[in-house]
Amino acid sequence: MSAVVKIPTSLRGLTGGSSIVEVPEGRLGEVITNLTDTYPELGERLLDENGNLRRFVNVFVADDDIRFLEGLETKVSDGQVVTILPAVAGG
Amino acid sequence: MISATSLKCRECARTYDPGPLYFCEWCFGPLEVTYDYDRIAEVVTRESIEEGPPSLWRYADLLPVSRSARADLGAGLTPLIKADRLAEELGLTDLWIKNDTLNPTNSFKDRPVTVALSKAVEFGFKTVACASTGNLANSVAAHAAHAGLDSYVFVPHDIEPAKIVAAAILGNVVEVEGNYDEVNRLCVELHDTYEWGFANINLRPYYAEGSKTIAFETAEQLGWSLPDHVIVPVASGALLTKVKKGFDELVRVGLVPDDRQVRVSGAQAEGCSPVAVAFENGSEDIRPQKPDTIAKSLAIGDPADGFYALRAVRKSGGAVAAVTDEETVDAIRLLARTEGIFTEPAGGVTIATLVKLAAQGIVNASERVVAYVTGHGLKTPEVVDAHALARVPANVAGFQEVLGERAVRGEKE
Repeated sequence: MSAVVKIPTSLRGLTGGSSIVEVPEGRLGEVITNLTDTYPELGERLLDENGNLRRFVNVFVADDDIRFLEGLETKVSDGQVVTILPAVAGG
Repeated sequence: MISATSLKCRECARTYDPGPLYFCEWCFGPLEVTYDYDRIAEVVTRESIEEGPPSLWRYADLLPVSRSARADLGAGLTPLIKADRLAEELGLTDLWIKNDTLNPTNSFKDRPVTVALSKAVEFGFKTVACASTGNLANSVAAHAAHAGLDSYVFVPHDIEPAKIVAAAILGNVVEVEGNYDEVNRLCVELHDTYEWGFANINLRPYYAEGSKTIAFETAEQLGWSLPDHVIVPVASGALLTKVKKGFDELVRVGLVPDDRQVRVSGAQAEGCSPVAVAFENGSEDIRPQKPDTIAKSLAIGDPADGFYALRAVRKSGGAVAAVTDEETVDAIRLLARTEGIFTEPAGGVTIATLVKLAAQGIVNASERVVAYVTGHGLKTPEVVDAHALARVPANVAGFQEVLGERAVRGEKE
């Protein structure tokens, strides 16, 4: 039972080139912890020194911005896609 | 271009060689063009600018583009109008309107786009694209056509019909089943797959620089002096951030005296007011919203530069306010009636915010105030309920019969 995390191009160097990583399902915070346990360098990029998502990282669960859901408490179910994207686009 | 040196992350200050990059690979922070201001100060004078073309390209030395690669339809150098009749209504004494509806595609977006697409040409892109609420789509499609590039412009499916027509006659419009933030997200993902120059994604650091020119022109048109207070509409927050940067740069390179701090205030619609809400709450945390407003060109619920716009407002002693759709339409009428300028709702939001801030004394009569009216009313005729006074037969008697009293009042003495 796992969630699917889509890795942005700029970070694929840290996942051995993989654009998609499967990690155990759970709350989003757990999904990210699982991801960064496997790829520690990814943690530095996505999280600030307090362990919060960096200001300019957007995360979507099944296409919904987690800020409209429950943030890092959002449940990620089996097969759901977590997308990580830079936030500074548009306007 | 004499002096754009690199791209620098606004968060962690890492630097990158200039290229089609927009965020820091380390911390995801936005990249910004850096300049050698000492070099600019040596070379650029008021006279050298005044001798330049009658467009924003007179400020080329403060923009990150080489001279040979311009996608240029003549954007910029729009009129700065002294708005005495509107000022009187609001109890102000020194009010000016920057009429940016008079750009090649009738919105301020021609400023960032002429820079972004010039950069696209420089980088060798054959196809350009953007995520847009409409005005940007018009502008990208137009500049692309002029520069011989293909364009794909992505818009929410429910934007105003005139904006779809104006973009579709020029380029390829893709209507997306979603709001602007969803369009933007789609384009960010497409950018991974397609080697296109997206004006407000991988060309964004250059694109955003174009918006500085509205501040440069304001100062030049005021006789090389700074205003006291400017009112800027806020969608992504990039325009407001760059207006502040533009004034700061003029001081930095010695083109205007460092004798006053320009207060920068932001205007939003209540139906899409993430920056105004954060301002009210004294917070730095911009909470995204699902937009619901007639000001569709400002309907960005997750503003990329909201954080920096808020910081610029606070640092300058300005404010951010939000106004209702009704206040917006009233302000469109007020601006039309007093100053003869017909704006789309974004300009209505700006003027309604000016009305509100003036009533609160936040904008006051001792200040020289400039309001930025950024898009033309003919793009959104459906938002105002305006009709002919009368329909009359084509003869004098018929005219007088229909209009009666009203016509007599206008007779020659």
